[in-house]
Amino acid sequence: MITITHYLVLSAILFTLGVVGVLIRRNAIIIFMCIELMLNAVNISFVAFAHYLNSMQGQLFVFFTMTVAAAEAAVGLAIIVAVFRNKETVNIDDINIMKW
Amino acid sequence: MLNLVALILLFPLIGTAINGLIGKNLRKETVGYVACGAIGLSFFVSILVFIGLLLLPPDARLFEKQLFSWIESGSFKSAAGLQVDPLSTIMILVVTGVGFLIHVYSIGYMHSDKGYHRYFCYLNLFTFSMLLLVLSNNFLLMFIGWEAVGLCSYLLIGFWFEKKSASNAAKKAFVVNRVGDFGFALGIMLIFLTFHTIDFTEVFSAASHGNFAAGNFTITIITLLLFMGATGKSAQIPLYTWLPDAMEGPTPVSALIHAATMVTAGVYMIARCNVLYMLSPFTMTVVASIGAVTALFAASIGLVQNDIKRVLAYSTISQLGYMFVACGVGAFTGGIFHLMTHAFFKALLFLGSGSVIHALSGEQDMRKMGGLRHHIPTTYKTFLVGTIAIAGIPPFAGFFSKDEILLESLVRGNFIYWAIGALAAFFTAFYMFRLLFMTFHGESRVEHHVAEHLHESPKNMTLPLTVLAILSFFGGFLGIPGASAISNFLSPVFGERGHAEISGTEAGVHHNAWLPYLMMVVSTVIAIAGIYLAYQMYIKKPELPKKLAERFSLIYKLLLNKYYVDEIYDALFVNPTKIMAVQLWKRVDALMIDGSVNGIARLVGWFGNTLRYLQTGYIRNYAFYIVVGCICIIVYVALGK
Repeated sequence: MITITHYLVLSAILFTLGVVGVLIRRNAIIIFMCIELMLNAVNISFVAFAHYLNSMQGQLFVFFTMTVAAAEAAVGLAIIVAVFRNKETVNIDDINIMKW
Repeated sequence: MLNLVALILLFPLIGTAINGLIGKNLRKETVGYVACGAIGLSFFVSILVFIGLLLLPPDARLFEKQLFSWIESGSFKSAAGLQVDPLSTIMILVVTGVGFLIHVYSIGYMHSDKGYHRYFCYLNLFTFSMLLLVLSNNFLLMFIGWEAVGLCSYLLIGFWFEKKSASNAAKKAFVVNRVGDFGFALGIMLIFLTFHTIDFTEVFSAASHGNFAAGNFTITIITLLLFMGATGKSAQIPLYTWLPDAMEGPTPVSALIHAATMVTAGVYMIARCNVLYMLSPFTMTVVASIGAVTALFAASIGLVQNDIKRVLAYSTISQLGYMFVACGVGAFTGGIFHLMTHAFFKALLFLGSGSVIHALSGEQDMRKMGGLRHHIPTTYKTFLVGTIAIAGIPPFAGFFSKDEILLESLVRGNFIYWAIGALAAFFTAFYMFRLLFMTFHGESRVEHHVAEHLHESPKNMTLPLTVLAILSFFGGFLGIPGASAISNFLSPVFGERGHAEISGTEAGVHHNAWLPYLMMVVSTVIAIAGIYLAYQMYIKKPELPKKLAERFSLIYKLLLNKYYVDEIYDALFVNPTKIMAVQLWKRVDALMIDGSVNGIARLVGWFGNTLRYLQTGYIRNYAFYIVVGCICIIVYVALGK
């Protein structure tokens, strides 16, 4: 029997993977994908709760999240492409011109 | 005519404004005319006021003019008001009259100075301040004048401020006067606390209507504090040290401020407050004693000084001492009379010395003078008159006033005052004739290149000398014993107190009618003895002074170095203050205040510098902090349940 706990644990594992990925990776695209991973981990919890509570609201929010994630992917990838054209790298340690 | 009194103040103020604001662009003649014209007009109005006062009956000779209400704060009221009475009238006549002559003299004396307009601006401002001092009808306005003359004195002593010694002398005068003014200000505050008013008329009527017994403690403190101010301004022991140094200023300034007018402010103030002083026998004793000691002390220093102006400076201190003796024994008329005659002959002597210095291209050392009487005859003749007047030979002015003081000090005071005064008079006659002989008689010791330029001063310098010489000769007739015009004139101010009690009884002392005449003879003999001694030492046997100096080298050195008072003050007050100031600067200011301020800044800087490393600029570090924060919150919430 798969209970809500399993879903939530899976969500937490995916979210943690996303966080750790954001914190330790250098490649901008991978960081970007980790952010997507975190968003989708949250989506899993939303769907699980929606099912468990018999409410459509959770599923509704997933659509919002996916919309935001799509928009973010479009903008974010465009920025990364623009940065790559300028600096020939997507290593975020090299993209530090705003630093003091 | 009495209503015109405000004009007396206005003219010098206008002169100051014109010369101070646009004097730089005016021609020299115009500057001189403006300054002299201002004082001349002032003098003219003073005469009108004097005539106006004479037209009133003697008992009604008190006129007050309220200009505007000045300070009103709670129960404290002070109006800017002027007071015309016989005492202030004599003072304004002396200040504007002698002041006018000195202004005229200054045109010649200062003609080649580049600070010409500045000089006349200050001189007019001084005259204004002095007139304010003597005309005000309350203590506070008087204090304003009192401080303003101090300021002008400072500005004019330091007139040649490029010279280090001049600017030092100016500072010394200012600081020493500050000590006295501190007492004066306290005295005024105490007057307000005691009488609840600072108006002269109200204070004196309250004091004279028997609310205070003689010897009242508060009155004694008040009068002593006021006298402290007087010792500063009028150069008495212990605050006299600034006056000899004040000779660094231009000579006409020495004549006007440091001989004729400003330094007599203390005498005027005590005479003005005679009601208060009479209530305190203790203060009177202090005043007379300090006056007597100062008279002798300064005269003894004057015996051996070689700088012509310094001799005159010590002579001034000594003569001021006489005036305080007169006030201290209650003979206020005598004090004011001597103030007046002293203004004439001392201004004459200073201007004469200025003329000598002018002729010798700036030489002030009497050892480099001598035999000048043929070269500058007008100066010599007028100087001779002044010297005889100060020495006290009848019928010159100084004789009458000094004789009156000596007589009064014997009759009202005691034998000691008289003896000290007589000894000081002997010294005075000696050192003044020593000065005269060293400067004008004997062999010329003038340096060769200076001797070539020897010349008599121009007309505008010799004319004031002549006028002052005439005044020094005739001034004394105002106070002939028995028929003293000045004593009658002043009697409304001093009442019976200030009268010259020539014959009759005073305080239970019976004395004979022949005493005044005896005293006159004695005074004259003393003066002649002094002159004879000076003649013997400096004309007949010029080698004698040197022998005496070697014989009594200890005393000679002591006198020449002015009893080392400056050195003692340096050791006792000046250097400890300096050391304290340096310590305050280095320890308190630099170390503690600057240290704490800089320390706080440095601490903040260090803190920021350290915290700076938190702000790496790496997004993941910030994200990490966020995650750590989130975990903390989750743990807290989880544990909280």
